[in-house]
Amino acid sequence: MDESDLTAVPKLASKAMLKYDSVRDVALLLLPERVVLLNTSGAAILGLCDGSRTVQAVVAQLEHDFEAVDLTNDVMTFLKDARGRGWVVVT
Amino acid sequence: MNGMPQPYGLLAEVTHQCPLHCVYCSNPLALLDRQDELGTEEWLRVIGEAAALGVVQVHFSGGEPLVRGDLETLIAECRRRAMYTNLITSGLGLTESRAKSLVAAGLNSAQLSIQGDAAESTNLVAASKRFDKKEEAARIIRDAGLPLNMNVVLHRMNLSRLDAIIDVCVAWGAERLELANTQYYGWALRNRDLLMPSKAQLEEAVGVYERRKAELGERMELLWILPDYYEPYPKPCMGGWAQTALTVAPDGVVYPCPVAAEITTMTFSSVRDHDLEWIWSKSEAFEAFRGTEWMADPCRSCPRKETDFGGCRCQAFALTGDPARTDPVCMHSPDHHLVQDALVRANQVDVGEGGEIVREKLVYRRPSASARR
Repeated sequence: MDESDLTAVPKLASKAMLKYDSVRDVALLLLPERVVLLNTSGAAILGLCDGSRTVQAVVAQLEHDFEAVDLTNDVMTFLKDARGRGWVVVT
Repeated sequence: MNGMPQPYGLLAEVTHQCPLHCVYCSNPLALLDRQDELGTEEWLRVIGEAAALGVVQVHFSGGEPLVRGDLETLIAECRRRAMYTNLITSGLGLTESRAKSLVAAGLNSAQLSIQGDAAESTNLVAASKRFDKKEEAARIIRDAGLPLNMNVVLHRMNLSRLDAIIDVCVAWGAERLELANTQYYGWALRNRDLLMPSKAQLEEAVGVYERRKAELGERMELLWILPDYYEPYPKPCMGGWAQTALTVAPDGVVYPCPVAAEITTMTFSSVRDHDLEWIWSKSEAFEAFRGTEWMADPCRSCPRKETDFGGCRCQAFALTGDPARTDPVCMHSPDHHLVQDALVRANQVDVGEGGEIVREKLVYRRPSASARR
């Protein structure tokens, strides 16, 4: 199953760690030998990939939090990229 | 940000003790004794100061970090401060119960080194017969739920085995394999003539790397660390002096890079005398080569000076005795012949030299072995 299925469940890879860096005032994704600086939307999406939500639920939560609509494609695009980079696993 | 860079990574070299005796070890020739090592409380303070400085990743290394019984305590402190932890290990001494307690403390990932694709390689390069322990360690790391990253140092004696080395790492379930061509510092510089590959060997290995990288795709990430002697320009070492990371040696002395202890003409400060923030931002050694102001020509007027930062200060010192000179790897360096001479020798010597002959010439990493010729 992949992120194009709204019922699929994305989860942050076990090797990855999300961190809000208060020294730099930025969200980071920490990986072995790598530090990724996240933008606000990237951090928000990854923060919801806890293995308890479907893609649809992630989208709904983001649309609520950001008072936005039609985020489905944006979220799917981000998750496809994130899965390719090994940041999230989708089941 | 007021211009002062903030480090992301801390290399915590908790000990120089190691069951392996690798001939290319990057530790200094003068290894530190256990009695010189920082204690648990001192390391806890260092971790706290590092976090305040902006460090978000801590790599526990050595030597073999597993010889420290307080590793769990240090990892737990990193976890408490939401820092990512990585264990850089030979795998020797890693048991299932140790792995379990490290993971329970919060360990995020592990990097396991091998010396080649079979037991003979570990014996020749590291004077250890425990290749079997490495396979076991790989399994233990994966069973503990940790991502398995692997690392192999490449040189004249194992480059021709690259295909088989990659096979081993795939079979053991590695997610990522770092193919680290030997960098000539410490023990590796001491053994340079025996480790330096020929151009033909390297070209063949690059072919293998490119083919396997394409074949493996996302299954296992392959990383090629350039053999800098063969490059026209030097490596942008550490992303520039004192920019992104710092190393704390077993005795608490702080360096901008893991091999800077070799620069014997500079004075580096210890966490036993100063806090990390002062050492990072104010100490003379860290300020010495930060940015580009310190540069003389050919670097000063070079358009690449913000690309490679003049190369590696440690290599400049190791080869010329002056850490402020242009890295001799650079084709524009007035000292470039020093690198060229080593390459000429590497391409003259008979590559087919037998293992036993090489073994007699190699200087193995051992306390006090550095004086042996």
